[in-house]
Amino acid sequence: MTAKAKKNDGIHQLSIKDDMTIYNAETLKETLLGFCHPGTQELQLDLSAVTEMDSAGLQLLLLLKAESQKRGFILRLLRHSEAVIEIFELLKLGMYFGDPIVIPANWKKS
Amino acid sequence: MSDMNPALETFSQEVDELLTAMEEALLGLDGTPDNADSINSIFRAMHTIKGSSGLFGFDDIVAFTHEAETVLDRVRNGERSIDAELVSVLLTCKDHTAHLIQHFLYHENEPLPEALQQQSQALIAQLVGQSAAVAGGMPSTQEEKADHFEVDVNTTDSSDNWVISLAFKQDALRNGMDPLSFIRYLQTLGKIIEVIITMPTLPRIEDMDPEDCYLNFKIVFNSNADKKTIEDVFEFAEDDCDIHILPPNSRQEHYLQLLADMQEDQVKRLGEMLIEIGALTEKEVANILHEQHNDNEEEAKPIGEMLLEKNILQQPVIEQALKKQESVKQKINKESNYIRVDAAKLGYLINLVGELVISGAAMRLMVDKHGLSDVDDVASTMSHLVEDIRDTALQLRMVQIGETFTRFQRVVHDVSKELGKQIQLQITGGESELDKTVVEKINDPLTHLVRNSLDHGIETPAERMRAGKPEKGTIQLNAYHDSGRIVIQITDDGKGLDPDKIVAKAVAKGLIKQDQVLSKSEIYNLIFEPGLSTKEEASNLSGRGVGMDVVRRNIEALRGSVSVDSELGLGTTVTIHLPLTLAIIDGFMVEAQKERYIIPLSMVEECVEMSSDEWQIDDVQHYVNLRGQVLPYLRLGDFFHKNKKHTRTQRESLVVVRFGEAKAGFVVDELHGENQTVIKPLGKLFENLDGIGGATVLGSGDVALILDVQGLIQHAKKRVNSTLALSLAV
Repeated sequence: MTAKAKKNDGIHQLSIKDDMTIYNAETLKETLLGFCHPGTQELQLDLSAVTEMDSAGLQLLLLLKAESQKRGFILRLLRHSEAVIEIFELLKLGMYFGDPIVIPANWKKS
Repeated sequence: MSDMNPALETFSQEVDELLTAMEEALLGLDGTPDNADSINSIFRAMHTIKGSSGLFGFDDIVAFTHEAETVLDRVRNGERSIDAELVSVLLTCKDHTAHLIQHFLYHENEPLPEALQQQSQALIAQLVGQSAAVAGGMPSTQEEKADHFEVDVNTTDSSDNWVISLAFKQDALRNGMDPLSFIRYLQTLGKIIEVIITMPTLPRIEDMDPEDCYLNFKIVFNSNADKKTIEDVFEFAEDDCDIHILPPNSRQEHYLQLLADMQEDQVKRLGEMLIEIGALTEKEVANILHEQHNDNEEEAKPIGEMLLEKNILQQPVIEQALKKQESVKQKINKESNYIRVDAAKLGYLINLVGELVISGAAMRLMVDKHGLSDVDDVASTMSHLVEDIRDTALQLRMVQIGETFTRFQRVVHDVSKELGKQIQLQITGGESELDKTVVEKINDPLTHLVRNSLDHGIETPAERMRAGKPEKGTIQLNAYHDSGRIVIQITDDGKGLDPDKIVAKAVAKGLIKQDQVLSKSEIYNLIFEPGLSTKEEASNLSGRGVGMDVVRRNIEALRGSVSVDSELGLGTTVTIHLPLTLAIIDGFMVEAQKERYIIPLSMVEECVEMSSDEWQIDDVQHYVNLRGQVLPYLRLGDFFHKNKKHTRTQRESLVVVRFGEAKAGFVVDELHGENQTVIKPLGKLFENLDGIGGATVLGSGDVALILDVQGLIQHAKKRVNSTLALSLAV
């Protein structure tokens, strides 16, 4: 299991415990797709454990965002990991997802 | 340059000198920054150019040099120190001024191109901005200039950025591509301003294959790298991605500038030009060409259009490149198509070629005489080459007659106005070529004939209406090649010649007898007799009866002939036959009574055996029945050696010659075949010999006479006539 889910009144919390790369894109998609049903009001994704993300992973995130808008539920990204932040910075995606990004104090200092 | 007005030419020279002096002074300043003389010289250059430009109304130059002058004035007054930076800016200013002036000199009426204008502004900003920064003066302009000068490296003005479009293919991820890594690498070359991610082909989430790539990126990118470098970033992605790199607008100006500076010594293809300035990469061009090649089911689009459609380059760059290409083409055409050569040198060359032809023939003779079969091949190759050289050399002197013809447009226009007639000139066959000397010499007779048509031929509009003809008269100038000669026709649809009037006039002038019977064409050709004019009153244009005889003399001096045909009330046609060239001809050599003669090959129709069995030869009246056609003939031997006793031992040949409509046969003893004939004029003494047009030197060193076919045909006919008349009288 690469993700851990909690459910609470239509608000799903999911923390992704693995990389978001092409190697596990298939399973990740299935997992995420599982949340896209009419009962979902909000999906919170905890990205703190994502140590690596590639285009396939990003593609899934973008897809999920689009899907959430289509289905009318809220997608919240939480606790972006450095890998995620780096990509969001690179592609100026922060505004698109619209979630507050907390930059850790020691980020990119190394 | 030649068509530039003299004042401008002086201006351009003056500016050249001033700018050179300025450059010297500027470079001198590097060593001795406070040299007052140098500074003065720089100031003077800018000042004078400004003044002179104002004189010609080149406002853009005035505006630009004014700024430079202002800065220099302050330098001169010690308000501003001159340093290496200012010197380099001023050097650029100097170059820019030269560009501006070039522009105005050659495209006087065109507005300043965008690129130059912007460079002007940039330079002014640098000049003034610098002076403001160093000296801190001029508060009024400081702010304004600050706008120009403070170029924020982080500027988000998208017009100044590259726009890179990446459309990844479906299998990109599976093939191990990670689009993100390319973008990450791109960051090392500059700053990514904005990324727009689109997924145009995205299916429903259920059907989406997470291993497929649906991502398209549009990246707004700020960088000083050139296109090639940027393209190289995506080198590995090439197979899995459609890449389009659109240069920023500032680049565009850069490209335009480069295009403008491009050497104009060679016509390049559009793609080559764009690669050279860095606007396109070789890969892009290769792709486009490939696509163009594949597009063949429809008409292939031009490269420029395809580039625009694919959004690879901005329109102005392509337009500029095309324009540049065109102008280079024209320039090259102008430069390479014409070389001015002294006519005398050309004449000398033709002479030499003539000698070459003769000695070639001499060599041929020797080869045949000694039966050197191995030399034979070489000799015949050489004679081929000599023939080609001869043709090419003669071609050098050939010019199209069209230019001579078009000159008459003006004549027709002016004269028809003067006479109150409506006349149009139609020109056909203007591309027919003939020897330059012939063209020059035919000009006067032609003018005369055209004026004649204008004056006598075409009626006034009222008369034409009455005659049921269109109000507007037409004069046609036509030229075409016919059996090695050029035929020029001047046709009008005017009132034509009245044979009765001509006869009456000719009788009155004593040219013909009252009861003389003449054919129609003989009557018409009377107008070429001196002193005959059908016009009752002489106008200032023509009609004095001088001229037509001069026309004929001039044309005959060129070994040509002129004839006239007319239909009363319908119009007149004057036909001129001229040889194409005066120097060398293809001849046909014959022998009669041990004497060799040359007949211009183009006039030879056929050669047949002179046998009584085949043709009914009338020895008394000198004609044969050539396949049912009465053909007057002339024994060349008898004609040229009247007093010799002739022994006809061998078989004789009949050479049938044609000149225009007239035909005749020459009886000769032997046929020697084709021969390249260099025409050598006969000496003064022999100039008026009957039936001989010139002479040539044969390879053996012997002289052969060139027959004046036209004259001989007349002779042959006359003999028939006179003998006929005689026989009738008897």
